[in-house]
Amino acid sequence: MRIGRAARLILLSLVLLLAACMDKQPTKQAVRGPGKPAYGDAIVVGSIGDASNLIPLLASDTPSFEIAGYVYNGLVKYDKDLNLVGDLAESWDVSKDGLTITFHLRHGVKWHDGVEFTSADVLYTYRVTIDPKTPTAYAEDFKQVKRAEAPDRYTFRVTYGKPFAPALASWGMSILPSHLLEGKDITKSDLARKPVGTGPYRFKEWVAGQKIVLEAYKNYFEGEPYIGRYVYRIIPDNSTMFMELKAGGLDMMGLTPVQYQRQTDTPDFKSRFNKYRYPASAYTYLGYNLRNPMFADKRVRQAITSAINKDEIIHGVLFGMGQIAHGPYKPGTWAYNPHVKDFDYNPGRAKQLLAQAGWKQLNSDGVLVKDGKPFTFTILTNQGNDQRMKCAQIIQRRLKNVGIDVKIRVLEFASLLTNFIDKGNFDALIMGWTISQDPDIFDVWHSSKTGPKELNFIGFKNKEVDRLIEEGRSTFDVEKRKRCYYRIQEILADEQPYTFLYVPDSLPVVSSRFRGIEPAPAGITYNFIKWYVPKEEQVY
Amino acid sequence: MLGYLIKRLLMLVPLFLGITLITFTVIHLAPGEPVEMQTAMNPKISAQTRQKLREYYGLDKPLYVQYGKWLTRLSKLDFGRSFASDNRPVIDKIKERIPITLSLNIIALVLEFGLAIPIGILAATHRETLLDRGITIFVFLGFAVPTFWLALLLMYLFGVKFGWLPISGLHSLGSEGFSPVRWLIDMGRHLLLPIAVATFGSLAGLSRYMRANMLEVLGQDYITTARAKGLGERAVIYRHALKNALLPVITLLGFSLPGLIGGSVIFETIFAIPGMGQLFYMGVMARDYPLVMGILVIGAFLTLVGNLLADLCYALADPRIRHGG
Repeated sequence: MRIGRAARLILLSLVLLLAACMDKQPTKQAVRGPGKPAYGDAIVVGSIGDASNLIPLLASDTPSFEIAGYVYNGLVKYDKDLNLVGDLAESWDVSKDGLTITFHLRHGVKWHDGVEFTSADVLYTYRVTIDPKTPTAYAEDFKQVKRAEAPDRYTFRVTYGKPFAPALASWGMSILPSHLLEGKDITKSDLARKPVGTGPYRFKEWVAGQKIVLEAYKNYFEGEPYIGRYVYRIIPDNSTMFMELKAGGLDMMGLTPVQYQRQTDTPDFKSRFNKYRYPASAYTYLGYNLRNPMFADKRVRQAITSAINKDEIIHGVLFGMGQIAHGPYKPGTWAYNPHVKDFDYNPGRAKQLLAQAGWKQLNSDGVLVKDGKPFTFTILTNQGNDQRMKCAQIIQRRLKNVGIDVKIRVLEFASLLTNFIDKGNFDALIMGWTISQDPDIFDVWHSSKTGPKELNFIGFKNKEVDRLIEEGRSTFDVEKRKRCYYRIQEILADEQPYTFLYVPDSLPVVSSRFRGIEPAPAGITYNFIKWYVPKEEQVY
Repeated sequence: MLGYLIKRLLMLVPLFLGITLITFTVIHLAPGEPVEMQTAMNPKISAQTRQKLREYYGLDKPLYVQYGKWLTRLSKLDFGRSFASDNRPVIDKIKERIPITLSLNIIALVLEFGLAIPIGILAATHRETLLDRGITIFVFLGFAVPTFWLALLLMYLFGVKFGWLPISGLHSLGSEGFSPVRWLIDMGRHLLLPIAVATFGSLAGLSRYMRANMLEVLGQDYITTARAKGLGERAVIYRHALKNALLPVITLLGFSLPGLIGGSVIFETIFAIPGMGQLFYMGVMARDYPLVMGILVIGAFLTLVGNLLADLCYALADPRIRHGG
């Protein structure tokens, strides 16, 4: 009897509790049409990780840079078509010999605290970057500078020892306020948690592990942004983030291919959100350890590429949300050579090439044998990346068809790096690179970068590629550079030091109350300050 | 009793040092260094930069020097600065996360003990009945169901489908402007699901333990005596049996002390609760030695204190231990 009463009590309180939870706001149906641009409202953006340091010079994680991108400006930036244009610099001149760049800075730009921005800030930023006491990862490009000077308040001039094409883009780094940092220890500065910049949004608050809030900067030199607040919510789990989005707690996030293809196709979702899709600046590859005799013959590498069906990988791993990669550049950018095609899927050719390379006989397990040794190798990849893992499995099956036995080993990133990659102790690996806007690929492909802990860890050495890379980075002439990079892609397509697998798509989704979004090669956020919510649809 | 206490306290010092030495060594044995993790696969890093960073963090020194330095700082209660790129004092990073984890864990612990003990008693007194079996199934269900799965299902049901509860985080947007009461209610609504899931998952262990204790006690001679005296069933169970059955639970309570500052990574990740579990996990993945050591030291300290407290309470509660020691 007593139990019965207790149970009834519990039930009653549960009902009351649920009723108490019911006071939620009604979801508004999005009204179509562009509406009138209006100031106000807020955008809530989801992120897997928290920022670490809002002085971008000292940070190395994506969230920190995402926030810094709204708070700070560089001297230059990429526009919607990925061309370099002025940001804090109105214009710049490159001297005839390509050694000196003179930046003409904007007049009247104010830091968020009201102090005027001048060339002294640029000079400070440069000095603190190359200061050996600053623990930064970004000093390298600036060490090439022989002299930096600020002849007047609105001019900044740098001279290089030799012409260095990536130099211009390197000045897109965030300029720091010298009046708040000069003479202080930058590693202990408050600005790491409370940044002060010149950008469209000023810092408001940061609740560690929960959210970062920015608010529109009224005096921004390109005009006040329409959206009043930018809220960066940290939700470490992707499924949770997706549910938050559907429940209305988030306005913007990046979708996974499955979510894009299979879970967002309802009329309700489509009326409340707009999905976007464009190639990401990254590619995934299968890289061979070229020091390993097994992969020394390029016909073997060509054969492996021929045996892999890249379309199938894109379909199976990315649900079609990506495109085949033939080289290290993003399709559609100026350095990308559209005429280069590497080896398409053709298992017959794969077998032929392998036979030419001496892999003729099959043993009892159906594995190719040469000089008594079976063709078997291990693909390494890092833990926590499901897509790479699936790629490895698909490749494993395809290579089995042509008589190559593949094993897969998944390792924690730190262990993969220190115990295998740094020691050159691997057969092949599936990894990815981000594609930088400047096409210089010295660090990954030049033969001088094959040392321990360097990025040409597969040991690719090609004299012609070396020469072309050096030539490409030492001129500002885009046509000349283009010729170099076009040729490099031809060589890589033939040599197949990597099997370039795919360039995935970025799949952002934004609440349909935001208007003014114009997808371009640069993505969607390049014109964020022009996004707006019509007055009648504003929520916050 | 005092001598016992002093002896136990003195024993803590070498034990504590031993723990720190072992953990310090083990962490450094893991492949990869903080510098590696920060600079990995970054084309812009040169060997000099990497060397510079290593010196900056003092990683170029031999391990025993690093340990010595760390221990010296610790003796002044300084946990050092994090090796993550925010470079903040470790104690600050821990401090901003402890209140959340601690309050969540205390609420969950109170609920766990508050529910599991009556459930255990109920199961024991109704042994082998339908109620007992029902309880067994219920608590084992909680134990067996993966937390993240249950959490996601509940979030979908209450958050997306019905829209009754917030899905993740601790506060609604704009909660800064709420009145204190509304602010508390808002936070309570956010915590309802996480606490419910956490409690449901933890009921099994303690309630089974309680049931077994109770059954053992109920089989004792003095219970038969009490019944033979003609005492009512309630008096027998609640006055005579329960007290003795609760004794081992004291030990468990002591053991849960260090657990109070530990959080579950999966759980915190799913609910987007910035607690200690995530902090520790990220620290380990980034090889952030000072942070990892800081959390482990606090954990070790609480474990030692918890054990001591449990023993002392036990001694207070049970004269046999008090006099025997």
